[in-house]
Amino acid sequence: MNAPDPYLSVRNLTKHFAPTAFSRGPVVKALQDISFNIPRGQVVGLVGESGSGKTTIGRSVLRLIEPTSGEIRFDGKDILTLGAGDLRRQRRNMQYIFQDPFASLSPRMTIGQILTEGLDIQRIGNRAERRARAEKALAAVELPVDAYDRYAHEFSGGQRQRIGIARALTLEPEFIVADEPVSALDVSIQAQVINLLRDLQLQLGLTMLFISHDLAVVEYICDTVIVLYLGRIMEIAPAASLYARPQHPYTQALLSAIPSPDPRKRSKRQILKGDIPSPANPPSGCVFRTRCPHAIEACAGVVPGLRETEAGHLKACIRDDIPA
Amino acid sequence: MTGAAIEPPAIQRTKGPLRRALDRFIENRAARAGLFIVIPVVIAVVTYHWWWPYAPNAIDLKAMNKGPSATHWLGSDGVGRDVFARLLQGGRISLVVAVCSVAISIVIGFLVGAIASFGGRVVDATAMRFVDLAMTLPPVIFLLVLASIAGTGIAPTILVISLLSWPVLSRMVRARLLELRERDFVVAARGMGAGLPHLLFRHGLPNCIDILVVYATLQIANAILLEAGLSFLGLGIAPPEASWGNMLNLARSTVVLEQYPWQWMFPGAALVLTVLAINFIGDGLRDAFDPRSDLN
Repeated sequence: MNAPDPYLSVRNLTKHFAPTAFSRGPVVKALQDISFNIPRGQVVGLVGESGSGKTTIGRSVLRLIEPTSGEIRFDGKDILTLGAGDLRRQRRNMQYIFQDPFASLSPRMTIGQILTEGLDIQRIGNRAERRARAEKALAAVELPVDAYDRYAHEFSGGQRQRIGIARALTLEPEFIVADEPVSALDVSIQAQVINLLRDLQLQLGLTMLFISHDLAVVEYICDTVIVLYLGRIMEIAPAASLYARPQHPYTQALLSAIPSPDPRKRSKRQILKGDIPSPANPPSGCVFRTRCPHAIEACAGVVPGLRETEAGHLKACIRDDIPA
Repeated sequence: MTGAAIEPPAIQRTKGPLRRALDRFIENRAARAGLFIVIPVVIAVVTYHWWWPYAPNAIDLKAMNKGPSATHWLGSDGVGRDVFARLLQGGRISLVVAVCSVAISIVIGFLVGAIASFGGRVVDATAMRFVDLAMTLPPVIFLLVLASIAGTGIAPTILVISLLSWPVLSRMVRARLLELRERDFVVAARGMGAGLPHLLFRHGLPNCIDILVVYATLQIANAILLEAGLSFLGLGIAPPEASWGNMLNLARSTVVLEQYPWQWMFPGAALVLTVLAINFIGDGLRDAFDPRSDLN
């Protein structure tokens, strides 16, 4: 993980959602002290349960929500300190693909208007050039050019998701956050869209943060995987190493839940007890200790930092004697 | 699971959301009836000076307080002015006042609502307390005070009516935009670097168009009534200029009420019919724009 100059570097990212002046309620600690790097051209997967903060990371990294503290550097530039004009220019390089293809496209705009919106905002090109770029993006996601004048409701979920991908591509970004891009789609369509994303990533040399709770998809598309639990990173490792030798008890439990297509190779399922605790009131010490089968008393005392156990394989667990 | 993209052979080309709403509107019987009344009224009111021989303030000394006849279709009033001409002129004034005041209140209402919803918490709270204040003022008394300050005439009447009617709209716009702000396609636009004007006019306005159209129609009916009310009280359009309200004012005299019913009945009927028809249209538009009717 200590590559010389990562494309994206996130340091100590923290996001607390505080109650407003007019409402009561606890401070929700959505993200705590998140640090990771993404080298140029790589795909990093972000996995975790619902409510673990995956989307909050994805949106913070693009500064769609303001983090409470931390540092987010693209090519060395901290985007949290950029002024409005610089930030607008930086936005050309970073785009977002949304989870729900039915909510992410405006019902009142034609596909052409949706695809040229970014170029329009960034004042790139004239009308004809914008149209040409939008049509190129349509072709890249294998949709017919005559989709240009239609409305989003005329398309199926998979087609809409590809329109969403095309929209992210029109600005020719270097970096894309894909927020569960296939979880709202039928399984048969998922494979299409995943392959499309994979191909585009390779062709265009995109750097990508891929958010998902589908471990099989993440294994297929990602170079490195970050496991998230209750707003904290549990484990970061190259995909091959993580799937072969998960080291954190949480990762082990997650991986044991992947169904295997081979009926003879039935592995022992590790069922976690209870629910994910409330991020408004996380456990002391290791946030996972309340559900961890290997928890010991010391786990409540200290917040475990990430330590490297193998080359590039980091885990946040104080125990080293856990059987794999 | 084949890797190749399999498309349905041809995607049914359908209309945009606005066209579909209009189609639904046309299918609504009450709304069609409303249009059937309003369109001739508007045409008559706008064009009457080309085809009706009498001017609204021209005096025919041979016909004072005469009932409907071949020359004066709807009779004449106490000083010999043609009721039909005055009716149409009154309609013209009423419509001008209504349309202008609604246009002004839509601009104010939309901008206040938009700024409140996109301007952040402090701006929102301030703007909405201001709206609360404007809404808690008792409307009739507020109108009377404003009208007595602004005086009579067309421009003050427009001002008074538009100042009274924007707060409700700004609340509706704010509610819609607060919800819209969190929608993914708006987040996407922000992610592409969109500033406030882009968000308001490319996303906010098109997604509020249903609220604005329905509000405008119903508010035009309301404004016609307000104008009539003000004029009836002598605070809106002052005589000798005609308006439906100050024509009705004549009915305060028992003699007119009992013996010359054509002098107040026709403006009254015109007022009721027009307001009713516009309300039908407004209801039809509201139904047509209802997102649930998209599901059919």
